[in-house]
Amino acid sequence: MSLLRRAWAWFDDRTGLTNVLSPIASHLVPPGTSWWYVFGSATLFAFIVQVVTGIALSTMYVTSTAHAYQSLQFITQDALLGRVLRGIHFWGASAMVLFVGVHMIRVFLTGSYKFPREVNWLTGAGLLLFTIGMGFTGQLLRWDQNAVWSVVVGAAQAGRVPVIGQRLAQFILGGNVVGGATLSRFFSFHVFFIPALIFGFIGVHLYLVIRNGISEPPVLGHIVDPKTYRDWYNRLLERHGVPFWPDVAWRDVVFGAAMVAGIVALAFLLGPPVLGKPPDPSIVQADPRPDWYLLWYFAVLALIPPGIESWVIVGAPMAFGAAVILLPFLGSKGERHPLRRPWAIVVVIVAVMMVGTLWRLADKAPWSPNFAAQPLTAQDLGPSSDTVWAGSQLFYVKGCQYCHTVNGKGGQRGPDLSDVGSRLSKQQITQRILNGGTNMPAYAATMNPGALNLLVDFLSSRTGQ
Amino acid sequence: MPTDDQFAESLGAGEEPASLSRRGFLIKLSAIAGTVAAALVALPIVGVVVSPLIEKPREIWRSVGRLEDFPLGQTVQVSFVDASPLPWSGVTAKTAAWLRRDGQQSFTAFSINCTHLGCPVRWVSGAHLFMCPCHGGVYNQDGSVAAGPPPKSLAKYPTRVRNGLVEIQTSGIPISS
Repeated sequence: MSLLRRAWAWFDDRTGLTNVLSPIASHLVPPGTSWWYVFGSATLFAFIVQVVTGIALSTMYVTSTAHAYQSLQFITQDALLGRVLRGIHFWGASAMVLFVGVHMIRVFLTGSYKFPREVNWLTGAGLLLFTIGMGFTGQLLRWDQNAVWSVVVGAAQAGRVPVIGQRLAQFILGGNVVGGATLSRFFSFHVFFIPALIFGFIGVHLYLVIRNGISEPPVLGHIVDPKTYRDWYNRLLERHGVPFWPDVAWRDVVFGAAMVAGIVALAFLLGPPVLGKPPDPSIVQADPRPDWYLLWYFAVLALIPPGIESWVIVGAPMAFGAAVILLPFLGSKGERHPLRRPWAIVVVIVAVMMVGTLWRLADKAPWSPNFAAQPLTAQDLGPSSDTVWAGSQLFYVKGCQYCHTVNGKGGQRGPDLSDVGSRLSKQQITQRILNGGTNMPAYAATMNPGALNLLVDFLSSRTGQ
Repeated sequence: MPTDDQFAESLGAGEEPASLSRRGFLIKLSAIAGTVAAALVALPIVGVVVSPLIEKPREIWRSVGRLEDFPLGQTVQVSFVDASPLPWSGVTAKTAAWLRRDGQQSFTAFSINCTHLGCPVRWVSGAHLFMCPCHGGVYNQDGSVAAGPPPKSLAKYPTRVRNGLVEIQTSGIPISS
């Protein structure tokens, strides 16, 4: 026996590693688990990528509101492969959010949360919450202008909670303002507190996968009955089970490795998100947007009717949380196959379409004034009189163009006015400007008659031709 | 070499097993000792974590410029150091307000934070409106809501003129409830 083998035999005898690990590695799993079963492990691999790249980033990151931004500039521009490292951490986060979602949808569709795996589901729900928490806090550690305003928007949302809202907002800000105390708290949450929870929950989650077994692929007509399920499952494994390693686990490894390769490729090709302006709250030229995984929620915040807004901001996340927690208790028995649970398919389709639509909307953000709008040129305007030309320039100066598009230039908040002259009379246009309308301010107090006439001349000349 | 029984007896085996009441006492003792030890450590941790909750916004007068530098009726952006700067705050300690000179000695200072969710509103001078870049909030020149989701008017900071200097009183970021 070589020295190496003897050393391993000694170590294995003293630690019992093989005795502990080999039953886990070779534990029997039901037949027929397919590529649909790789998303949980993919999430775990993404988390491991986050841990190692996060530790590497922390060797250069400076947790100080005065210097965090510069340290990110240094990591991105000067440190050897620092840009790629940041990129891997960002795309790894993206993968983790994506696959935690896909994994949850798969478990939901195949009814795998039913008896006896209710607590698997609940710990998974906790992990979803922590993953979102990591995404939000991680975006803030970039500590650029976007991060600073994201903290404020987060605190303002917490402020809508009845009674304790003000305190919650203070808790998030680390005081009454965004400042020296804010970043250190978020760093601590992102780097110590939430990861510790994730480690603990992953431990329980995996322990439960071993204890309760991997859920068998659903078969039409097969009913989960808590009285008989465990015996039935054990018989299934005895007769038809396959060892987890390597018969099943190879798919996890191959998919996970492909995902990691994809993360690194994106980090090389696209790199990390561009750093915004410095974290100076006195720069009001800001355009705060969350990272992609929360961008859809940005649209929610713009679109809820103001009357019920506080209810939605506070109530919707709580209702979602309650539904996720109650699910395994309300439906722990019965049919698991999605075709016998069509409502589950409907829920997933509606949720995916809703989030998808909100994403597209948030990307355009038509409710925001377009501060980058440019005044119309003579070319845009076509042949026109002097008053129409003067009106077109006033249309920009008076801010109308931030919200209204004419001949392809302007914002999307209000209607496109390229053909308003064919829809409204001069008198109607005048009244609309003076009195305002749905979501349009009234200009009667701030518009002098000369400017008003020029604007009306210009607008009534816009007939869409 | 002692026999196995002798070995165990020398360690006190074979004595009366602890009575039920004694075992109950030992369980309680362990629970209490553990709880006390944990509480002793937890106390300062909880204290530090919740300390921002008891922090009161400090109201400090900050000078933002000389009186003669502000033309009558114009709304301009001024920046100043916020209510609670820390030595390591850097540029993050800065904050801003929209300041308008209403009269010879009177000013109005609007908070830049949209009352909807706190984003920084911009003054659009041609339109005489404050516009928010996030969710479409618009305010009239007096700070009242003109359009969009904001639940209330822009917050205002107290202002005063002292020794020819215009001063703004700091406060925390206004949070709508």
